[in-house]
Amino acid sequence: MSGVWVVLEDRDGRVSRVSWEALAAGQALAAKAGLALHAAVVGAATEPLAKEASAKSVAKVARIEHALLERYTSDGYTAALHQFLASEKPEYVVFPHTYQVRDFAPALAARMNEVLISDVVGIDDGPTFKRQLMQGRLVGSYRHAGDGPCLISVQAGAFRAGAVEAGSAEVTTFAPTIEASQIRTKPGEPFRGSAQTVDLASAPMIVSVGRGIKEAENLPLVEELAGALGAELAASRPICDNGWLPMERQVGSSGQTVSPKLYLAIGISGAIQHLVGMKGSQCIVAINKDPDAPIFEVADYGIVGDLFEVVPALTEAIKAAKG
Amino acid sequence: MKIIVAIKQVPERDAQVRIDGSGKWIEESDVQYAMNESDAYALEEALQLKEKNGGEVIVLSAGPERVGTTIREALAKGADRAIHVDADDLGGKDALGVAQLLAEAIKPENPDLVLTGLQSDDLGYGQTGVILAELLNVPHASLILHVEKTGDGLKVKRELEAGWFQEIEVPLPAVLTIQSGGNKLRYATLMGIKKAKSKEMRVVNAAELNGAGAPVATLDGIALPQKQRSTQMIEGDAKQAAATLAEKLKFEVRVL
Repeated sequence: MSGVWVVLEDRDGRVSRVSWEALAAGQALAAKAGLALHAAVVGAATEPLAKEASAKSVAKVARIEHALLERYTSDGYTAALHQFLASEKPEYVVFPHTYQVRDFAPALAARMNEVLISDVVGIDDGPTFKRQLMQGRLVGSYRHAGDGPCLISVQAGAFRAGAVEAGSAEVTTFAPTIEASQIRTKPGEPFRGSAQTVDLASAPMIVSVGRGIKEAENLPLVEELAGALGAELAASRPICDNGWLPMERQVGSSGQTVSPKLYLAIGISGAIQHLVGMKGSQCIVAINKDPDAPIFEVADYGIVGDLFEVVPALTEAIKAAKG
Repeated sequence: MKIIVAIKQVPERDAQVRIDGSGKWIEESDVQYAMNESDAYALEEALQLKEKNGGEVIVLSAGPERVGTTIREALAKGADRAIHVDADDLGGKDALGVAQLLAEAIKPENPDLVLTGLQSDDLGYGQTGVILAELLNVPHASLILHVEKTGDGLKVKRELEAGWFQEIEVPLPAVLTIQSGGNKLRYATLMGIKKAKSKEMRVVNAAELNGAGAPVATLDGIALPQKQRSTQMIEGDAKQAAATLAEKLKFEVRVL
């Protein structure tokens, strides 16, 4: 047994922010369990990532390296990490809960007769792992009962990226055995969906609309409010899925991440996928008919009420206040 | 193409939830149930693939008797037949345990393609499809928005984060997990609802399948979430509340 391994992911050639958050979660777990903390990087040329990771306060950094890992595939990553974990036999493996991890970590766990405890937002003594249920309306506490390693993935924003101090770690290389024939899918080059003409990330104020608006015909209500405030209009995923607003106005894990001075959420219940895209906003206002909607957990101001009454009244009140 | 679509019945999206006496799940008598949203998109993708390429669409769902209504809904939308894995104890299983039951039900059918939603709206593990691929020993792709049949395989459009996408070539047989929003969902027609009544729905008792051992991840208990910020709730009728909020935006938040 060799402690807690955190698998870091790269973004544009650097260790991604959510990976540092995962490392912070790994550090918390290692401290609770009295284990050593290690980091692993995966790819075809991992030296720059390993260098970044080894400058943190971890015991070891492993470079899991193979030419066939140049571009991410589930088959390649699962095979490589399976061999690595079989040789290291760690107690815990921590991943950031990214789309990439969601694509292979469940299969990796199943290959070891284990289960990934996914999208963890907190770690308590035991350890028990907290994760959201029912779209954020409830929180469940999970415990690992298997004999093998316990695999968890950590939700973006749940741990502080800067929590791990600087250090100097030993770097080792692990060369997995992978045959080209094991990689069954052929991934293409990533591409952007459409030309991004709306930069929500730099908007000081955002009025965002969700399912509560009911019909596309009702959108002018929020457009008028956005107009009165001088705010950008944004939406949660279902609105863009329905084609009521373009995808580029979507806030959340599959859209843009924003942190404006004011985020006004209208008829948005606050599913996790939306919250990760906006919970860093300086001031969050929520208007929703459901007093139990999870959006109120992150809101600074809340109005429980019918948006079809509150929004027009608010537009008028804002116009009056601006005078 | 023979396509199996694994669908889950989940509490309705806006259901008010109460924690039950065991402290481990919600009071089920309080809630209405519906088809999991991304599973509905998986079903739509399957129906469209069948319309373009021919074949058969089989829906598969595990759960207690009540999931029959969701299965009938899928049949009414156009699925050809259904398999219901009858199980009352799925709450005590983890993602691997449920996927093992589904895999056992799928194996004798030898499908070309298995589709499922990327994540359930209740437990949200987001793993069933990927685990299924591993258990069935076939390739997979996740978070798929668009599927196109090519010569002997599929070309799929996968969603990446922050507005990026990727095309992936996947040989068959395969498992895909479908993201919401790739297609427009159809409604069941009256004719469809009528026809669904006579379609085959085979019930398989979960106990007869080669199911899992003890769960690896166990749920200790559930609780209401803790507030991350202190929220000032603004009271009053719509007009009063709007006026109060505008004032706060002006004098406390200072954005007006």
